[in-house]
Amino acid sequence: MKVRTLKRHLIESLKSLKRNGWMSLAAISAVAVTLLLVGSFVAMLMNVNKLATDIENDVSVRVYIDLAADEKEQKKLETELSTLKNVDTVEFSSRESELKQVVGSYGNEFNLFQGDDNPLYDVFIVNTDSPENTAAVAKKAEALENVAKVNYGGATADNLFKTMNTVRNVGVIIIGALVLTAVFLISNTIRITIMSRRTEIEIMKLVGATNWFIRWPFLIEGALIGFIGSFIPVAFISFLYVTIYDIGTTYLSGTYFALLTPSPFLFQIGSAMLAIGIVIGAIGSSISIRRFLKV
Amino acid sequence: MIEMINVYKKYPNGITAVNGLNVRIEQGEFAYVVGPSGAGKSTFIKMMYREEIATKGTIKVGEFDLVNMKDKDIPYLRRHVGVVFQDFKLLPRLTVYENIAYAMEVVEKNPKVIKKRVLEVLDLVGLKHKIRMFPNELSGGEQQRIAIARAIANMPRVLIADEPTGNLDPDTSMEIMAILEQINTQGTTVIMATHNSQIVNVVKHRVLAVENGRIVRDQLEGDYGYEG
Repeated sequence: MKVRTLKRHLIESLKSLKRNGWMSLAAISAVAVTLLLVGSFVAMLMNVNKLATDIENDVSVRVYIDLAADEKEQKKLETELSTLKNVDTVEFSSRESELKQVVGSYGNEFNLFQGDDNPLYDVFIVNTDSPENTAAVAKKAEALENVAKVNYGGATADNLFKTMNTVRNVGVIIIGALVLTAVFLISNTIRITIMSRRTEIEIMKLVGATNWFIRWPFLIEGALIGFIGSFIPVAFISFLYVTIYDIGTTYLSGTYFALLTPSPFLFQIGSAMLAIGIVIGAIGSSISIRRFLKV
Repeated sequence: MIEMINVYKKYPNGITAVNGLNVRIEQGEFAYVVGPSGAGKSTFIKMMYREEIATKGTIKVGEFDLVNMKDKDIPYLRRHVGVVFQDFKLLPRLTVYENIAYAMEVVEKNPKVIKKRVLEVLDLVGLKHKIRMFPNELSGGEQQRIAIARAIANMPRVLIADEPTGNLDPDTSMEIMAILEQINTQGTTVIMATHNSQIVNVVKHRVLAVENGRIVRDQLEGDYGYEG
Protein backbone atom coordinates (compact mmCIF):
# COMPACT_ATOMS: atom_id res chain seq x y z
CA MET A 1 0.00 0.00 0.00
CA LYS A 2 1.24 3.47 -0.85
CA VAL A 3 2.05 5.82 2.05
CA ARG A 4 -0.39 8.33 0.59
CA THR A 5 -3.17 5.73 0.58
CA LEU A 6 -2.40 4.64 4.14
CA LYS A 7 -2.53 8.25 5.29
CA ARG A 8 -5.86 8.67 3.55
CA HIS A 9 -7.31 5.56 5.23
CA LEU A 10 -6.07 6.71 8.64
CA ILE A 11 -7.63 10.15 8.22
CA GLU A 12 -10.92 8.60 7.08
CA SER A 13 -10.99 6.30 10.14
CA LEU A 14 -10.20 9.10 12.57
CA LYS A 15 -12.90 11.27 10.99
CA SER A 16 -15.59 8.65 11.48
CA LEU A 17 -14.40 7.87 15.02
CA LYS A 18 -15.10 11.53 15.73
CA ARG A 19 -18.34 11.61 13.78
CA ASN A 20 -19.81 8.63 15.72
CA GLY A 21 -18.39 10.01 18.96
CA TRP A 22 -20.71 8.38 21.49
CA MET A 23 -20.77 4.98 19.83
CA SER A 24 -16.98 5.05 19.57
CA LEU A 25 -16.72 5.97 23.23
CA ALA A 26 -19.00 3.10 24.23
CA ALA A 27 -16.98 0.65 22.17
CA ILE A 28 -13.68 1.97 23.54
CA SER A 29 -14.99 1.69 27.12
CA ALA A 30 -16.12 -1.86 26.51
CA VAL A 31 -12.65 -2.80 25.29
CA ALA A 32 -11.08 -0.99 28.25
CA VAL A 33 -13.22 -2.76 30.86
CA THR A 34 -12.74 -6.12 29.19
CA LEU A 35 -9.00 -5.77 29.01
CA LEU A 36 -8.76 -4.40 32.53
CA LEU A 37 -10.32 -7.62 33.76
CA VAL A 38 -8.37 -9.83 31.39
CA GLY A 39 -5.14 -8.10 32.38
CA SER A 40 -5.66 -8.21 36.16
CA PHE A 41 -6.79 -11.76 35.92
CA VAL A 42 -3.88 -12.96 33.83
CA ALA A 43 -1.42 -11.07 36.05
CA MET A 44 -2.89 -12.73 39.11
CA LEU A 45 -3.00 -16.20 37.60
CA MET A 46 0.53 -16.00 36.29
CA ASN A 47 1.86 -14.95 39.70
CA VAL A 48 -0.04 -17.64 41.57
CA ASN A 49 1.25 -20.09 39.00
CA LYS A 50 4.78 -18.82 39.56
CA LEU A 51 4.45 -19.21 43.32
CA ALA A 52 2.94 -22.68 43.01
CA THR A 53 5.72 -23.73 40.68
CA ASP A 54 8.31 -22.27 43.04
CA ILE A 55 6.78 -24.29 45.84
CA GLU A 56 6.47 -27.39 43.75
CA ASN A 57 10.05 -27.19 42.60
CA ASP A 58 11.16 -27.01 46.16
CA VAL A 59 12.75 -30.44 46.64
CA SER A 60 13.00 -30.24 50.41
CA VAL A 61 10.92 -32.11 52.94
CA ARG A 62 10.92 -30.72 56.44
CA VAL A 63 10.96 -33.42 59.07
CA TYR A 64 10.13 -32.03 62.53
CA ILE A 65 11.86 -33.96 65.31
CA ASP A 66 9.85 -35.00 68.31
CA LEU A 67 10.76 -32.77 71.28
CA ALA A 68 11.21 -35.86 73.46
CA ALA A 69 13.92 -37.36 71.25
CA ASP A 70 17.41 -37.39 72.72
CA GLU A 71 20.63 -36.89 70.78
CA LYS A 72 21.13 -40.61 70.10
CA GLU A 73 17.64 -40.99 68.74
CA GLN A 74 18.20 -37.92 66.58
CA LYS A 75 21.39 -39.42 65.14
CA LYS A 76 19.49 -42.65 64.41
CA LEU A 77 16.72 -40.73 62.66
CA GLU A 78 19.29 -38.87 60.56
CA THR A 79 20.84 -42.12 59.40
CA GLU A 80 17.43 -43.60 58.62
CA LEU A 81 16.45 -40.53 56.65
CA SER A 82 19.64 -40.50 54.62
CA THR A 83 19.21 -44.15 53.66
CA LEU A 84 15.69 -43.58 52.32
CA LYS A 85 15.32 -43.97 48.56
CA ASN A 86 15.70 -40.80 46.47
CA VAL A 87 17.12 -38.74 49.31
CA ASP A 88 19.99 -36.54 48.30
CA THR A 89 21.08 -34.69 51.45
CA VAL A 90 19.92 -34.37 55.01
CA GLU A 91 20.67 -31.16 56.92
CA PHE A 92 20.03 -30.36 60.51
CA SER A 93 18.52 -27.07 61.50
CA SER A 94 18.16 -26.32 65.20
CA ARG A 95 15.13 -24.61 66.72
CA GLU A 96 17.36 -21.56 67.33
CA SER A 97 18.27 -21.19 63.69
CA GLU A 98 14.62 -21.82 62.72
CA LEU A 99 13.59 -18.95 64.97
CA LYS A 100 16.26 -16.72 63.44
CA GLN A 101 14.68 -17.31 60.02
CA VAL A 102 11.24 -16.44 61.33
CA VAL A 103 12.59 -13.23 62.87
CA GLY A 104 14.28 -12.47 59.56
CA SER A 105 11.01 -12.79 57.60
CA TYR A 106 8.40 -11.56 60.00
CA GLY A 107 10.17 -9.09 62.28
CA ASN A 108 11.77 -8.61 65.66
CA GLU A 109 8.58 -9.20 67.61
CA PHE A 110 9.35 -12.89 67.40
CA ASN A 111 12.54 -12.37 69.45
CA LEU A 112 10.24 -12.79 72.47
CA PHE A 113 10.36 -16.53 71.85
CA GLN A 114 14.12 -16.82 72.45
CA GLY A 115 15.49 -19.63 74.63
CA ASP A 116 13.05 -21.86 76.46
CA ASP A 117 10.03 -20.02 75.11
CA ASN A 118 10.92 -21.12 71.58
CA PRO A 119 7.86 -23.05 70.33
CA LEU A 120 9.65 -24.44 67.27
CA TYR A 121 11.05 -27.90 66.60
CA ASP A 122 14.48 -29.04 65.59
CA VAL A 123 14.23 -29.93 61.95
CA PHE A 124 15.90 -32.20 59.42
CA ILE A 125 15.71 -30.63 56.00
CA VAL A 126 15.70 -33.55 53.62
CA ASN A 127 16.45 -32.71 50.00
CA THR A 128 15.19 -35.23 47.49
CA ASP A 129 16.81 -35.77 44.13
CA SER A 130 13.79 -34.41 42.22
CA PRO A 131 10.49 -32.58 43.01
CA GLU A 132 8.33 -35.58 42.04
CA ASN A 133 9.79 -37.67 44.86
CA THR A 134 9.00 -35.33 47.74
CA ALA A 135 5.58 -36.82 48.41
CA ALA A 136 6.93 -40.40 48.63
CA VAL A 137 9.85 -39.40 50.82
CA ALA A 138 7.55 -37.39 53.10
CA LYS A 139 5.28 -40.38 53.53
CA LYS A 140 8.12 -42.72 54.45
CA ALA A 141 9.63 -40.17 56.83
CA GLU A 142 6.32 -39.78 58.60
CA ALA A 143 6.39 -43.48 59.51
CA LEU A 144 9.78 -43.24 61.20
CA GLU A 145 10.21 -43.07 64.95
CA ASN A 146 10.66 -39.73 66.74
CA VAL A 147 9.08 -37.74 63.91
CA ALA A 148 6.58 -35.12 65.11
CA LYS A 149 5.35 -34.12 61.71
CA VAL A 150 6.42 -33.81 58.10
CA ASN A 151 5.79 -30.97 55.70
CA TYR A 152 6.63 -30.45 52.06
CA GLY A 153 5.82 -27.83 49.39
CA GLY A 154 4.01 -30.20 47.07
CA ALA A 155 0.90 -30.37 49.24
CA THR A 156 0.54 -26.59 49.33
CA ALA A 157 1.24 -26.42 45.62
CA ASP A 158 -1.47 -28.98 44.87
CA ASN A 159 -4.01 -26.89 46.74
CA LEU A 160 -2.91 -23.74 44.96
CA PHE A 161 -3.19 -25.39 41.56
CA LYS A 162 -6.68 -26.65 42.38
CA THR A 163 -7.92 -23.23 43.47
CA MET A 164 -6.30 -21.66 40.46
CA ASN A 165 -8.14 -24.00 38.10
CA THR A 166 -11.52 -23.05 39.54
CA VAL A 167 -10.74 -19.35 39.43
CA ARG A 168 -9.49 -19.69 35.89
CA ASN A 169 -12.61 -21.48 34.62
CA VAL A 170 -14.97 -18.91 36.12
CA GLY A 171 -12.79 -16.10 34.85
CA VAL A 172 -12.67 -17.45 31.32
CA ILE A 173 -16.48 -17.45 31.15
CA ILE A 174 -16.78 -13.87 32.41
CA ILE A 175 -14.03 -12.66 30.12
CA GLY A 176 -15.60 -14.50 27.18
CA ALA A 177 -18.88 -12.68 27.74
CA LEU A 178 -17.07 -9.35 27.99
CA VAL A 179 -15.08 -9.96 24.82
CA LEU A 180 -18.34 -10.73 22.98
CA THR A 181 -19.87 -7.49 24.26
CA ALA A 182 -16.88 -5.52 23.08
CA VAL A 183 -16.92 -7.18 19.66
CA PHE A 184 -20.65 -6.49 19.36
CA LEU A 185 -20.27 -2.81 20.27
CA ILE A 186 -17.41 -2.36 17.84
CA SER A 187 -19.27 -4.04 14.99
CA ASN A 188 -22.24 -1.79 15.68
CA THR A 189 -20.07 1.31 15.55
CA ILE A 190 -18.59 0.21 12.25
CA ARG A 191 -22.06 -0.60 10.89
CA ILE A 192 -23.15 2.97 11.61
CA THR A 193 -20.06 4.27 9.83
CA ILE A 194 -20.81 2.09 6.83
CA MET A 195 -24.44 3.28 6.75
CA SER A 196 -23.47 6.94 7.00
CA ARG A 197 -21.06 6.50 4.10
CA ARG A 198 -23.35 4.54 1.76
CA THR A 199 -23.17 7.02 -1.11
CA GLU A 200 -19.41 7.29 -0.87
CA ILE A 201 -19.07 3.51 -0.95
CA GLU A 202 -21.39 3.30 -3.95
CA ILE A 203 -19.35 5.88 -5.82
CA MET A 204 -16.08 4.20 -4.89
CA LYS A 205 -17.39 0.93 -6.31
CA LEU A 206 -18.64 2.62 -9.47
CA VAL A 207 -15.38 4.32 -10.31
CA GLY A 208 -13.38 1.15 -9.63
CA ALA A 209 -11.84 1.46 -6.18
CA THR A 210 -10.54 -1.97 -5.16
CA ASN A 211 -12.46 -3.87 -2.51
CA TRP A 212 -9.58 -3.58 -0.08
CA PHE A 213 -9.38 0.16 -0.65
CA ILE A 214 -13.01 0.34 0.45
CA ARG A 215 -12.55 -2.01 3.41
CA TRP A 216 -9.37 -0.62 4.95
CA PRO A 217 -10.79 2.52 6.62
CA PHE A 218 -13.43 0.44 8.43
CA LEU A 219 -10.90 -2.15 9.51
CA ILE A 220 -8.55 0.57 10.75
CA GLU A 221 -11.40 2.26 12.62
CA GLY A 222 -12.14 -0.98 14.48
CA ALA A 223 -8.49 -1.60 15.22
CA LEU A 224 -8.14 1.99 16.49
CA ILE A 225 -11.07 1.50 18.86
CA GLY A 226 -9.36 -1.64 20.20
CA PHE A 227 -5.99 0.09 20.42
CA ILE A 228 -7.27 3.16 22.27
CA GLY A 229 -9.40 0.94 24.50
CA SER A 230 -6.41 -1.16 25.54
CA PHE A 231 -4.23 1.81 26.41
CA ILE A 232 -6.16 2.71 29.56
CA PRO A 233 -5.99 -0.75 31.21
CA VAL A 234 -2.33 -1.20 30.20
CA ALA A 235 -1.40 2.01 32.01
CA PHE A 236 -3.57 1.20 35.00
CA ILE A 237 -2.32 -2.36 35.43
CA SER A 238 1.32 -1.31 35.02
CA PHE A 239 0.97 1.21 37.82
CA LEU A 240 -0.92 -1.19 40.06
CA TYR A 241 1.46 -4.08 39.48
CA VAL A 242 4.58 -2.09 40.32
CA THR A 243 2.93 -1.06 43.61
CA ILE A 244 1.88 -4.61 44.45
CA TYR A 245 5.28 -5.95 43.45
CA ASP A 246 7.03 -3.58 45.88
CA ILE A 247 4.81 -4.67 48.76
CA GLY A 248 5.03 -8.36 47.82
CA THR A 249 8.78 -8.32 47.53
CA THR A 250 9.18 -6.95 51.06
CA TYR A 251 6.80 -9.59 52.34
CA LEU A 252 8.49 -12.50 50.56
CA SER A 253 12.08 -11.46 51.27
CA GLY A 254 14.09 -14.19 52.95
CA THR A 255 12.19 -16.94 51.14
CA TYR A 256 13.11 -18.09 47.71
CA PHE A 257 9.58 -17.43 46.45
CA ALA A 258 9.11 -14.28 44.42
CA LEU A 259 6.56 -12.48 42.24
CA LEU A 260 7.32 -12.07 38.55
CA THR A 261 9.58 -9.06 38.10
CA PRO A 262 7.83 -6.12 36.38
CA SER A 263 10.53 -5.63 33.77
CA PRO A 264 9.81 -8.39 31.29
CA PHE A 265 6.39 -9.31 32.74
CA LEU A 266 4.62 -5.95 32.35
CA PHE A 267 6.07 -5.57 28.89
CA GLN A 268 4.76 -9.00 27.89
CA ILE A 269 1.32 -8.60 29.40
CA GLY A 270 1.05 -5.01 28.09
CA SER A 271 1.85 -5.95 24.51
CA ALA A 272 -0.47 -8.95 24.76
CA MET A 273 -3.30 -6.65 25.89
CA LEU A 274 -2.64 -4.18 23.07
CA ALA A 275 -2.64 -7.07 20.62
CA ILE A 276 -5.88 -8.48 22.05
CA GLY A 277 -7.48 -5.02 21.85
CA ILE A 278 -6.51 -4.60 18.22
CA VAL A 279 -7.66 -8.11 17.34
CA ILE A 280 -11.03 -7.59 19.08
CA GLY A 281 -11.43 -4.35 17.12
CA ALA A 282 -10.52 -5.94 13.83
CA ILE A 283 -12.87 -8.88 14.41
CA GLY A 284 -15.70 -6.53 15.37
CA SER A 285 -15.31 -4.48 12.22
CA SER A 286 -14.82 -7.55 10.00
CA ILE A 287 -18.24 -8.78 11.09
CA SER A 288 -19.88 -5.55 9.93
CA ILE A 289 -17.78 -5.35 6.79
CA ARG A 290 -18.89 -8.81 5.76
CA ARG A 291 -22.54 -8.19 6.52
CA PHE A 292 -23.08 -4.63 5.44
CA LEU A 293 -20.37 -3.87 2.92
CA LYS A 294 -21.16 -5.84 -0.18
CA VAL A 295 -17.99 -5.26 -2.13
CA MET B 1 -16.12 -2.82 -28.12
CA ILE B 2 -19.10 -4.29 -26.28
CA GLU B 3 -20.51 -7.65 -27.31
CA MET B 4 -23.43 -9.62 -25.88
CA ILE B 5 -24.31 -13.03 -27.27
CA ASN B 6 -27.46 -14.91 -26.25
CA VAL B 7 -27.64 -13.24 -22.88
CA TYR B 8 -30.25 -14.26 -20.32
CA LYS B 9 -30.94 -12.80 -16.91
CA LYS B 10 -33.40 -14.42 -14.60
CA TYR B 11 -33.91 -12.91 -11.15
CA PRO B 12 -34.40 -15.09 -8.07
CA ASN B 13 -38.07 -14.00 -7.95
CA GLY B 14 -38.60 -15.75 -11.30
CA ILE B 15 -38.76 -12.67 -13.52
CA THR B 16 -36.74 -12.95 -16.73
CA ALA B 17 -35.50 -9.44 -17.44
CA VAL B 18 -33.20 -10.27 -20.34
CA ASN B 19 -34.24 -13.05 -22.67
CA GLY B 20 -31.72 -14.07 -25.33
CA LEU B 21 -30.27 -10.67 -26.11
CA ASN B 22 -27.66 -10.13 -28.84
CA VAL B 23 -25.83 -6.90 -29.59
CA ARG B 24 -22.48 -5.56 -30.69
CA ILE B 25 -21.40 -1.98 -30.12
CA GLU B 26 -18.09 -0.80 -31.63
CA GLN B 27 -15.60 1.44 -29.88
CA GLY B 28 -16.49 5.11 -30.46
CA GLU B 29 -20.18 4.55 -31.20
CA PHE B 30 -23.06 6.53 -29.70
CA ALA B 31 -26.15 4.41 -28.99
CA TYR B 32 -29.52 5.14 -27.41
CA VAL B 33 -31.30 2.41 -25.49
CA VAL B 34 -35.07 2.96 -25.64
CA GLY B 35 -38.13 0.97 -24.71
CA PRO B 36 -41.06 0.90 -22.33
CA SER B 37 -40.59 0.66 -18.56
CA GLY B 38 -39.96 -2.88 -17.42
CA ALA B 39 -38.66 -3.98 -20.82
CA GLY B 40 -35.23 -4.87 -19.45
CA LYS B 41 -33.36 -1.65 -20.34
CA SER B 42 -31.97 -1.20 -16.86
CA THR B 43 -30.78 -4.77 -16.52
CA PHE B 44 -29.25 -4.61 -20.01
CA ILE B 45 -27.30 -1.48 -19.07
CA LYS B 46 -26.31 -2.69 -15.61
CA MET B 47 -24.83 -5.83 -17.11
CA MET B 48 -22.29 -3.72 -19.00
CA TYR B 49 -20.57 -2.62 -15.80
CA ARG B 50 -21.39 -5.86 -13.99
CA GLU B 51 -23.82 -4.41 -11.54
CA GLU B 52 -25.92 -7.35 -12.70
CA ILE B 53 -24.51 -10.73 -13.67
CA ALA B 54 -25.96 -12.64 -16.64
CA THR B 55 -27.48 -16.01 -15.87
CA LYS B 56 -26.42 -17.34 -19.27
CA GLY B 57 -24.58 -16.13 -22.36
CA THR B 58 -21.46 -14.18 -23.21
CA ILE B 59 -20.75 -10.54 -22.36
CA LYS B 60 -17.53 -8.87 -23.39
CA VAL B 61 -16.45 -5.29 -22.70
CA GLY B 62 -13.02 -4.68 -24.22
CA GLU B 63 -10.83 -7.54 -23.06
CA PHE B 64 -13.04 -8.25 -20.02
CA ASP B 65 -15.21 -11.37 -19.96
CA LEU B 66 -18.02 -10.23 -17.67
CA VAL B 67 -19.69 -13.59 -17.17
CA ASN B 68 -16.63 -15.54 -16.08
CA MET B 69 -14.71 -12.74 -14.36
CA LYS B 70 -13.71 -12.91 -10.71
CA ASP B 71 -15.18 -10.41 -8.26
CA LYS B 72 -11.77 -9.03 -7.48
CA ASP B 73 -11.34 -7.97 -11.11
CA ILE B 74 -14.55 -5.92 -11.21
CA PRO B 75 -12.84 -2.71 -10.03
CA TYR B 76 -10.52 -2.85 -13.03
CA LEU B 77 -13.47 -3.21 -15.41
CA ARG B 78 -15.17 -0.23 -13.77
CA ARG B 79 -12.15 1.94 -14.45
CA HIS B 80 -12.89 1.50 -18.15
CA VAL B 81 -16.63 2.15 -17.84
CA GLY B 82 -17.89 5.49 -16.53
CA VAL B 83 -21.48 5.70 -15.29
CA VAL B 84 -23.88 8.66 -14.96
CA PHE B 85 -27.30 8.48 -13.28
CA GLN B 86 -30.53 10.41 -13.29
CA ASP B 87 -29.97 11.44 -9.65
CA PHE B 88 -26.33 12.54 -10.10
CA LYS B 89 -25.02 10.87 -6.91
CA LEU B 90 -22.68 13.68 -5.90
CA LEU B 91 -21.25 13.83 -2.38
CA PRO B 92 -22.93 16.80 -0.68
CA ARG B 93 -20.11 17.53 1.75
CA LEU B 94 -17.49 17.84 -0.98
CA THR B 95 -16.92 20.76 -3.34
CA VAL B 96 -17.13 20.41 -7.11
CA TYR B 97 -13.37 19.98 -7.28
CA GLU B 98 -13.32 17.42 -4.46
CA ASN B 99 -16.19 15.41 -5.94
CA ILE B 100 -14.28 14.85 -9.16
CA ALA B 101 -10.90 14.42 -7.48
CA TYR B 102 -12.50 11.83 -5.18
CA ALA B 103 -13.14 9.47 -8.10
CA MET B 104 -9.47 9.64 -9.02
CA GLU B 105 -8.13 9.44 -5.46
CA VAL B 106 -9.94 6.21 -4.72
CA VAL B 107 -8.24 4.56 -7.68
CA GLU B 108 -4.95 5.88 -6.28
CA LYS B 109 -4.00 8.33 -9.02
CA ASN B 110 -1.04 10.61 -8.48
CA PRO B 111 -2.07 13.98 -6.89
CA LYS B 112 -0.39 15.98 -9.67
CA VAL B 113 -2.27 14.00 -12.32
CA ILE B 114 -5.52 14.51 -10.41
CA LYS B 115 -5.15 18.28 -10.24
CA LYS B 116 -4.46 18.57 -13.96
CA ARG B 117 -7.23 16.19 -15.02
CA VAL B 118 -9.93 17.74 -12.78
CA LEU B 119 -9.33 21.14 -14.39
CA GLU B 120 -9.41 19.50 -17.83
CA VAL B 121 -12.80 17.80 -17.35
CA LEU B 122 -14.29 20.87 -15.65
CA ASP B 123 -13.25 22.86 -18.68
CA LEU B 124 -14.92 20.26 -20.92
CA VAL B 125 -18.25 20.54 -19.10
CA GLY B 126 -17.87 24.33 -18.88
CA LEU B 127 -17.97 24.68 -15.08
CA LYS B 128 -14.41 25.69 -14.22
CA HIS B 129 -15.74 28.83 -12.52
CA LYS B 130 -17.84 26.79 -10.04
CA ILE B 131 -14.89 24.76 -8.81
CA ARG B 132 -15.25 25.76 -5.14
CA MET B 133 -19.01 25.41 -4.90
CA PHE B 134 -20.95 22.67 -3.20
CA PRO B 135 -23.51 20.52 -5.08
CA ASN B 136 -26.51 22.15 -3.35
CA GLU B 137 -25.39 25.53 -4.70
CA LEU B 138 -25.69 24.27 -8.28
CA SER B 139 -28.67 23.79 -10.62
CA GLY B 140 -29.75 20.29 -11.68
CA GLY B 141 -28.11 20.67 -15.08
CA GLU B 142 -24.88 21.83 -13.48
CA GLN B 143 -24.92 18.92 -11.06
CA GLN B 144 -25.34 16.50 -13.95
CA ARG B 145 -22.42 18.12 -15.74
CA ILE B 146 -20.28 17.57 -12.63
CA ALA B 147 -21.44 13.95 -12.50
CA ILE B 148 -20.39 13.53 -16.14
CA ALA B 149 -17.05 15.18 -15.43
CA ARG B 150 -16.53 12.73 -12.58
CA ALA B 151 -17.51 9.76 -14.76
CA ILE B 152 -14.92 10.61 -17.42
CA ALA B 153 -12.17 11.75 -15.01
CA ASN B 154 -10.50 8.33 -15.12
CA MET B 155 -10.69 8.32 -18.93
CA PRO B 156 -13.02 5.36 -19.39
CA ARG B 157 -13.42 3.88 -22.87
CA VAL B 158 -17.18 3.59 -22.36
CA LEU B 159 -19.57 6.10 -20.80
CA ILE B 160 -22.94 4.75 -19.70
CA ALA B 161 -25.67 7.29 -19.02
CA ASP B 162 -28.85 5.99 -17.40
CA GLU B 163 -31.59 8.58 -17.99
CA PRO B 164 -29.15 11.47 -17.64
CA THR B 165 -31.76 14.04 -18.61
CA GLY B 166 -34.63 12.49 -16.68
CA ASN B 167 -34.74 15.29 -14.10
CA LEU B 168 -33.89 18.17 -16.41
CA ASP B 169 -35.83 20.68 -18.55
CA PRO B 170 -35.50 20.52 -22.37
CA ASP B 171 -32.91 23.31 -22.74
CA THR B 172 -30.69 21.89 -20.03
CA SER B 173 -31.13 18.44 -21.52
CA MET B 174 -29.78 19.73 -24.83
CA GLU B 175 -26.74 21.16 -23.05
CA ILE B 176 -26.07 17.77 -21.50
CA MET B 177 -26.41 16.16 -24.94
CA ALA B 178 -23.85 18.56 -26.35
CA ILE B 179 -21.37 17.51 -23.69
CA LEU B 180 -22.02 13.79 -24.29
CA GLU B 181 -21.53 14.33 -28.04
CA GLN B 182 -18.26 16.09 -27.42
CA ILE B 183 -17.05 13.23 -25.21
CA ASN B 184 -18.10 10.83 -27.97
CA THR B 185 -16.15 12.69 -30.65
CA GLN B 186 -13.03 12.22 -28.51
CA GLY B 187 -13.40 8.45 -29.03
CA THR B 188 -15.38 7.36 -25.99
CA THR B 189 -18.26 4.96 -26.61
CA VAL B 190 -21.47 6.50 -25.22
CA ILE B 191 -24.50 4.39 -24.33
CA MET B 192 -27.53 6.30 -23.14
CA ALA B 193 -30.80 4.90 -21.85
CA THR B 194 -33.58 7.45 -22.25
CA HIS B 195 -37.32 8.12 -22.41
CA ASN B 196 -36.74 11.48 -24.05
CA SER B 197 -38.18 11.16 -27.59
CA GLN B 198 -37.27 14.70 -28.55
CA ILE B 199 -33.58 14.12 -27.96
CA VAL B 200 -33.52 10.78 -29.80
CA ASN B 201 -35.37 12.23 -32.77
CA VAL B 202 -33.27 15.38 -33.00
CA VAL B 203 -29.78 14.25 -32.04
CA LYS B 204 -29.59 11.29 -34.42
CA HIS B 205 -27.66 8.20 -33.38
CA ARG B 206 -27.99 4.43 -33.38
CA VAL B 207 -31.16 3.33 -31.56
CA LEU B 208 -31.49 0.00 -29.71
CA ALA B 209 -35.11 -0.68 -28.75
CA VAL B 210 -35.53 -3.19 -25.95
CA GLU B 211 -38.78 -5.09 -25.36
CA ASN B 212 -39.39 -8.25 -23.38
CA GLY B 213 -35.70 -8.59 -22.67
CA ARG B 214 -34.59 -8.54 -26.32
CA ILE B 215 -33.46 -6.00 -28.87
CA VAL B 216 -36.46 -5.67 -31.19
CA ARG B 217 -35.09 -2.83 -33.31
CA ASP B 218 -31.52 -1.83 -34.08
CA GLN B 219 -31.43 1.23 -36.33
CA LEU B 220 -28.61 3.56 -37.29
CA GLU B 221 -29.77 7.22 -37.16
CA GLY B 222 -33.05 5.85 -35.78
CA ASP B 223 -36.14 7.42 -34.22
CA TYR B 224 -37.48 7.07 -30.75
CA GLY B 225 -40.40 5.09 -32.14
CA TYR B 226 -42.72 5.14 -29.15
CA GLU B 227 -45.58 7.43 -28.23
CA GLY B 228 -44.70 10.22 -25.96
